[in-house]
Amino acid sequence: MRKGLGFAFVMAFLLAAATAWAFAPVPAKDLKPGFVYVGPVGDGGWTFMHDKGRKDMEKALPGVSSSIVESVPEGPDAVRVMETFVRNGSKLIFATSFGYMDYVQEVAKKHPDVVFMHCSGYKTAPNVGTYFGRIYQPRYLSGLVAGKMTKSNIIGYVAANPIPEVIRGINAFTLGVRKVNPKAKVKVVWLFSWFDPGKEKEATKALIDSGADVIAMHADSGAAPQAAEEAKVWVVGYNNDMSRYAPTRHLTAPVWNWGMLYRYAAEKVIKGTWKSESIWWGLKENMVGLAPFGKAVPESVRKLVAEERAKIVSGKWDVFTGPIRDQSGNVKVEAGKRMSDGDMLSMNWFVQGVEGTIPK
Amino acid sequence: MKPRFRIERRLEVPSWMNWSIPAGAVAVALAAGAVLLSFLGVSPLAAYKAMVQGSLGDAWGISETIVKAIPLTLAGLAVGLAFTMVVWNIGAEGQIVMGALAAVAVVRYAFVDNSLVILSLMFLAACIAGGLWAGFAGFLKARWNVNETITTLMMNYIAILLADYFIYGPWRDPSSLGFPMTTPFPDAARLPVLGGTRVHVGIFLAIGLAILFRVLYRWTKWGFELRVIGNNPNAARYAGINDLKNVVLAMFLSGAVAGIAGMTEVAGLQGRLQPGFSGGYGFTAIIVAWLARLNPMATILVSFLLGALLVGGDTLQVVMRLPLASVQVLQGLILFCVLGAEFFRNYRIVFIRGGE
Repeated sequence: MRKGLGFAFVMAFLLAAATAWAFAPVPAKDLKPGFVYVGPVGDGGWTFMHDKGRKDMEKALPGVSSSIVESVPEGPDAVRVMETFVRNGSKLIFATSFGYMDYVQEVAKKHPDVVFMHCSGYKTAPNVGTYFGRIYQPRYLSGLVAGKMTKSNIIGYVAANPIPEVIRGINAFTLGVRKVNPKAKVKVVWLFSWFDPGKEKEATKALIDSGADVIAMHADSGAAPQAAEEAKVWVVGYNNDMSRYAPTRHLTAPVWNWGMLYRYAAEKVIKGTWKSESIWWGLKENMVGLAPFGKAVPESVRKLVAEERAKIVSGKWDVFTGPIRDQSGNVKVEAGKRMSDGDMLSMNWFVQGVEGTIPK
Repeated sequence: MKPRFRIERRLEVPSWMNWSIPAGAVAVALAAGAVLLSFLGVSPLAAYKAMVQGSLGDAWGISETIVKAIPLTLAGLAVGLAFTMVVWNIGAEGQIVMGALAAVAVVRYAFVDNSLVILSLMFLAACIAGGLWAGFAGFLKARWNVNETITTLMMNYIAILLADYFIYGPWRDPSSLGFPMTTPFPDAARLPVLGGTRVHVGIFLAIGLAILFRVLYRWTKWGFELRVIGNNPNAARYAGINDLKNVVLAMFLSGAVAGIAGMTEVAGLQGRLQPGFSGGYGFTAIIVAWLARLNPMATILVSFLLGALLVGGDTLQVVMRLPLASVQVLQGLILFCVLGAEFFRNYRIVFIRGGE
């Protein structure tokens, strides 16, 4: 009896603590958002776009002044960098790479009054929220373009690291390719690195040598589009409009719009209405999108992309809707069924049409 | 026209130069850095102040500097040992990784829920793994005169890829949703930390080993032999010193100490293995060893100062809003000047007065 009472008491307390966990409003000038970047802002891709988002946020929110630390390894150094932000007055910290996950938890525990936003991870806490975008949606759309443009029916995919985020992108892209061109194959080469322009270029060349006439990519720099331009093959960029790396060969690119998320989070913390949540926004919310088409993309393809895009935005259909088969032909998602977010976030198998293996 | 000066090798280095030359070099670097900072529109004084404040200004800053100094000291001692006998062990990075891998393997396959036992086992495994990794390159050198600079360097990449294989493959944490990281260590396998800081007991290992190395070099016959082999391998052989055995042994110990650095990093700071976990300590250690002139006690000091330089760099980015590149230029200037100034310790410039 007493035990039960104690348990009820504990539960009530936990519930109260959970609902009462609110953050005091912070004046805009005291917010001092800190950004932990995994690469240099000049990478022309991933970190460059986060930094653009940061600047968009500053423009939208007068008085907010942020600071950054570049090229922070995904290791214990991240703890020190985040502590340095906190000790210099940051009330909101954005950690912009997956590998910071445990270190965000470690620092957040010590500073319950500071809000942490972790990009692409899955661990939250009362003062830790996560954010990411459904980049697989524009990846699917870019796959439609690639599938229409290939003549050799071999599409190369330069891929950073074999983790669910990247695998999901490859699968979404391949579903797009195969929708318009069931004969096409997507060949994957792993870089085992996020930012390594030299390797990115080598991998691109290797794929072109093996017959690929369209290159798609998931890496942080513009090296792959550059190599594609040199070899005169089509390329689908990533992160931002990469047409300046491949002026005549760039088809389109799945792009990020981090600014809207940074503004959203900063505003909430300023007002004192921030709550821990796991944000995963897509085309509908405009957190992800597609870069302008290159000249070579025919009108009919543009129209098809617009139609598919409308289907996704309306919410009636999403990319991972069955029937979807894996490489060996087993049905992974049954016809008409939609894959759950959880299954998407832990995806570690390739769809039919992908040529390559996931190291296990 | 004849040159008005000539360069002479110093026969004897006055002891005051051991301190004044590096200090002067730092002053020159700071002055050059001040020019750079002014061009960037930043007050040099404010920048240097922020750097010192961030790394040495309070207990937290100092503790973080020590966190950096621990692996640097261990790895610096490791390569210093090999350098003493003029064996170029460039492979501390790989030996650190092997040490960490061995430590993780022990936790994974031979876990005992007793801190002292499990940590001792991890320590031993790390020593052996790092030692064998370096000892192999030592054996190739001693037996067939295979260039150890190349073998140790290449073995770094093998070690790193081996670690990636385990992290992405069989050792991946099943609850990580497919993300590359090994299962977190149980508490017993974590090194205790001091107070509320991240300084782990690896600090005692680093200091203890530095003292041990000092004794070894200074007061043992083996230490003497190492130096003789380094200075003149032919004379050493003539004197009956077995250089084959000594090269292998010294490389084994060098690798073992680097392996300890890997074990303390993984058990003290991370508690699991992630890709790219070492972050280049094995390479920075080469600079540490040179700046310390292979002196074990100086290695501690140099590691601490280098740690402060690295930690202070964050503050420069956060407070002064400087881009990383300019911070690295500043750090590079200091290292360049200090290493470059060694020239003035070993040589002197004699000006020729009057005459043609």
